[in-house]
Amino acid sequence: MIYSDKVMEHFSNPRNVGVIPDADGVGQVGNPVCGDMMSFYIKVQDGRLADIKFQTFGCGAAIAVSSMVSEMAKGKTLEEAEAITNDKVAEELGGLPKNKLHCSNLGADALHKAIEDYRKKSRAGAGAEEAAAPAGPHADHDEECSCPYCDGPLDGMEEICSCRHCDIDFVECPECGKYTNRAEKNCVACGAAIAK
Amino acid sequence: MKRVYLDHIAGTPLLPEALEAMLPFFKERFGNPQSLHEAGQIALGAVEEARDSVARLVNASAAEIVFTASGSEANTLAVKGLALAGRNKGTHLVLSAIEHNSVLNAARSLEKMGFAVTLVPVDKTGTVDPGDVAKALTKETILVSVMLANAEVGTIEPVAEIARIAKARGVTVHTDAVAAAGQIPIDVKALGVDALSLAGDQFYGPKGGAALFLKKGARVLPLIEGGVQEGGRRGGTENVPAIVGLGKAAEIAAVRLAGRAEKARLLRDRLIAEMLRKIGHVVLTGHPLNRLPHQASFCVEFVEGEAMLLSLDMKGVAASSGSACTSKTLKASHVLLAMGLDHALAQGSLVFSLLESAASEDIEYLLDVFPPIIDRLRKMSPLYTDYLKENQK
Repeated sequence: MIYSDKVMEHFSNPRNVGVIPDADGVGQVGNPVCGDMMSFYIKVQDGRLADIKFQTFGCGAAIAVSSMVSEMAKGKTLEEAEAITNDKVAEELGGLPKNKLHCSNLGADALHKAIEDYRKKSRAGAGAEEAAAPAGPHADHDEECSCPYCDGPLDGMEEICSCRHCDIDFVECPECGKYTNRAEKNCVACGAAIAK
Repeated sequence: MKRVYLDHIAGTPLLPEALEAMLPFFKERFGNPQSLHEAGQIALGAVEEARDSVARLVNASAAEIVFTASGSEANTLAVKGLALAGRNKGTHLVLSAIEHNSVLNAARSLEKMGFAVTLVPVDKTGTVDPGDVAKALTKETILVSVMLANAEVGTIEPVAEIARIAKARGVTVHTDAVAAAGQIPIDVKALGVDALSLAGDQFYGPKGGAALFLKKGARVLPLIEGGVQEGGRRGGTENVPAIVGLGKAAEIAAVRLAGRAEKARLLRDRLIAEMLRKIGHVVLTGHPLNRLPHQASFCVEFVEGEAMLLSLDMKGVAASSGSACTSKTLKASHVLLAMGLDHALAQGSLVFSLLESAASEDIEYLLDVFPPIIDRLRKMSPLYTDYLKENQK
């Protein structure tokens, strides 16, 4: 078996699967190009994660990771949940195959996005400035600067940038503007030819 | 737990007759076929007998069969060997976009040596249009390689017509018949090809026993140097037991092929019909009719292949998938993408292929356990939730 018993157990009986229709925060990572997509929904009460639900499209590792993250974070304060890293999740699962580490191990990122979404909404709700301060250097164009494979941040925002996790260089597609693998002949999003 | 093996394309069990034939060559008949003495001559006799059997399976003559260690080696020997031997005539190759990686990567290596490669597209059934091959040919073209059938989607390609077009232009033709050999009748003369790859582990022979048919007069540069074995086309001491096992499997395939195919087709057709009926949002991949008799492949929407394979495995069912997550390189199948499937759908790839021992109970068992697996995975899938929401609007 390629996976640990713990991974298989979470894959077979994932905790907290589902959707929270009136969620306080929603976070989504991933892309069908790499095969894994995760949606996390959170309910926050007194600064704690009162409820977490997730949905995942992906391999066994992606499903187990989502389940494990939800279990690790439930009942924790937002700060505690934000301290959960993808590495810690993999560790709790008894390890993941090397080639799954960057692609499927995105559960913590999805949860953090949901918390970020909650903070943004509550700031807006409290009458704070309309556009909350961007959280990171690329936050003003976060649609374009994430890796199409793992959705992680890309280094360098010039014509060529690279994903640290996937060890892939990306170029901006001349047609659709999305970032695409430099090694490909065509854009993975729109199919346009990529100039070398 | 019930075990149902529906992954023929990954490999088949060894025929008892083949094992029986092989055993003495691990033990008392250990001679080297190149030796002059009696022990060597016994081994040589067995190798030549196997060569006859393999030749008969594809209507070739024995001298036209080169033994290799795998289908991949046969493909590499054909593509690199033929291209490098024909280099003075031209440096252009034409392949289909859905070739096995052993063909595609051999061509990529040749590109680095200065060859040019054109990939001919396929339609949505995975079929190559011979007209596209004709258009791709140039004065520089020395080799066309189009597979006889694709294991992943089952489609059988119009190789005879492609060969007719290419041969009329004086171009050498290779076909990768690894998935097809032993499943459908093959006649190299009717196909009109110069080279054809096959592997015994696809028709109940041992792993390690494979062959390349090379038409008389076709020249290849060997991949493995060093000896007079295989007419100087493949050096290295012959793997006598594997060759003997391949020969026996070929001999039996020639006799049982029609019966095997007929039985498989009945079960396979039921599998396809019920799969499409019982599970919504499933597409059959490959050609609906012109396909390998033992193969059924699908893309299941909103779920990912590896999650399906793991779930099936927990129920004792072995199958395979071309999803990115299933592959070591985390890339979706180039075959499915070449057929125009989008990435999300290609992720739901699932391939079933039937052994000759498959029974209708096996298919019924699969049809019982599969729908709940899909239900469970779809309930977890954000793509399915999105789809349901869209449809409510």
